[in-house]
Amino acid sequence: MNHRAIWAIYRQEMARAFRTLLQSIVSPVISTSLYFVVFGAAIGSRIEEIDGVSYGSFIVPGLIMLSLLTHSISNASFGIYFPRFTGTIYEILSAPVSYVEIVLAYVGAAATKSIILGLIILATAGLFVPLQIEHPVWMLLFLVLTAATFSLFGFIIGIWADGFEKLQLVPLLIITPLTFLGGSFYSIDMLPPAWRTVTLFNPVVYLVSGFRWSFFGASDVGMGVSLAMTVVFLALCMAVVAWMFRTGYRLRP
Amino acid sequence: MSPRMQPVISISNLSKRYASGFEALKGVDLDVRPGEIFALLGPNGAGKTTLISIVCGLVNRTGGEVLVDGLDIERDYRKVRSMIGLVPQELTTDTFETVWKTVTFSRGLFGRPANPDFVEKVLRTLSLWDKRNSKLMELSGGMKRRLMIAKALSHEPRILFLDEPTAGVDVELRRDMWEMVRGLKDSGVTIILTTHYIEEAEEMADRIGVINQGRIVLVEEKAELMRKLGRKELTLQLRDPIERIPESLAAHNLALSEAGDELTYVYDSQGDRTGITRLLKDIDAAGIGFSDLSTRQSTLEEIFVNLVREGR
Repeated sequence: MNHRAIWAIYRQEMARAFRTLLQSIVSPVISTSLYFVVFGAAIGSRIEEIDGVSYGSFIVPGLIMLSLLTHSISNASFGIYFPRFTGTIYEILSAPVSYVEIVLAYVGAAATKSIILGLIILATAGLFVPLQIEHPVWMLLFLVLTAATFSLFGFIIGIWADGFEKLQLVPLLIITPLTFLGGSFYSIDMLPPAWRTVTLFNPVVYLVSGFRWSFFGASDVGMGVSLAMTVVFLALCMAVVAWMFRTGYRLRP
Repeated sequence: MSPRMQPVISISNLSKRYASGFEALKGVDLDVRPGEIFALLGPNGAGKTTLISIVCGLVNRTGGEVLVDGLDIERDYRKVRSMIGLVPQELTTDTFETVWKTVTFSRGLFGRPANPDFVEKVLRTLSLWDKRNSKLMELSGGMKRRLMIAKALSHEPRILFLDEPTAGVDVELRRDMWEMVRGLKDSGVTIILTTHYIEEAEEMADRIGVINQGRIVLVEEKAELMRKLGRKELTLQLRDPIERIPESLAAHNLALSEAGDELTYVYDSQGDRTGITRLLKDIDAAGIGFSDLSTRQSTLEEIFVNLVREGR
């Protein structure tokens, strides 16, 4: 294992985030605050409690998930796409590093950033609404697992994309709608039965639901199912990355 | 085999067909000796960069074998790549990084423990020390080129690939670069460079390989190549201009300049008979007097152009 290479890439990727500290930290804090002003205070005050939790508190896990997914994907996809775009990828490819090491470094850095972001949002939320976390260990586990899974997914997009447009396409057209429709801001029990069934095909439902369970001890679908679905998606992403690397897809012609 | 004899890079029957169907390499055989400067010459699209890219791990081969220090480039990729430094043709740098950080990064990437003293030495050698805290976007083209070399040298490679190292570099800087490359050679590094500039190969290389349309057309010691293929030109400055070449000299295939004051004779300097004695006698007999004469050896460029033309 070339741990020095992993560390070098990881540190470089983290440094990139610190160079754009304002964008990396201040912007999520502001957008979270806006959500709480709009959904928590303005609209939320007119919505009754869900599962015995005030609406403002109820949306916290969904809100974190929303940011976690989009930032994991955009961080990781940009992280690997940018060196491909500028050509600096040559150095990574010519270095004595294995594919596993490349993934560990890039995905690890992207996931780290997302987790930090998730915790920042959690802290910001705590300023607006009372927070309770019933299963903190599970909460962290879901946070890490989701960040890792979707960073890996973003890494795949970053290798697949052959232009900045494609880089934006998947997060914009697929992830954001899925997250909004995945029960981030409501309980899927509030939906009519037919829509509820449709929603169960949305993988994000399981992420949000499991994460919410770790906060309030109640959820739309079972925690075990949530965990299993996340792990399945992680395994799927790993398989795709393994295939990409074996064939040299878009990296080594 | 003595270590001197064993090639440091041994390529046999290497082929590359891209997904587009383009055959960039068609069975290349090539040995590079330890400690030499090997120049790979060839026109655009000849396969120079593909060849380098395969050895360095940027491109997957379609067939054939590449051994570096006796190790297969894929099976032993870690050991192989640790030995190699690559300076690609394109100037690609992470614009927001500083010189110091990016060179330190390269060293770590190749698995070497941090060594600020060595990085400092590399930066000083390449006249980048004053710029160590500058962001890469503040560097000029020539500095960026030197930075790429610094990155490639950061992990103390034994083999250095320079893909068109002086493309777009001004004359003075080119001289400096050559000086630096010679210094590297003296320290025992094997250097493989590709170039368009024949002057560069002529100036630096110990051996020259010519590649054209995916095939190695020739590999030769530079001196040998110059000797073997060197045609010489004899120019006679006439005392009095003549209107046309006299009949008696027709057999010599002379060329008369437009002003009629210069006769040019092309001959093979390695031939058994250069024909110079006969020519001079015949000129004397024809009553033509000359005030001066000069000979000129053909340059590598001419040799190269001839070779590539023959290949078509």
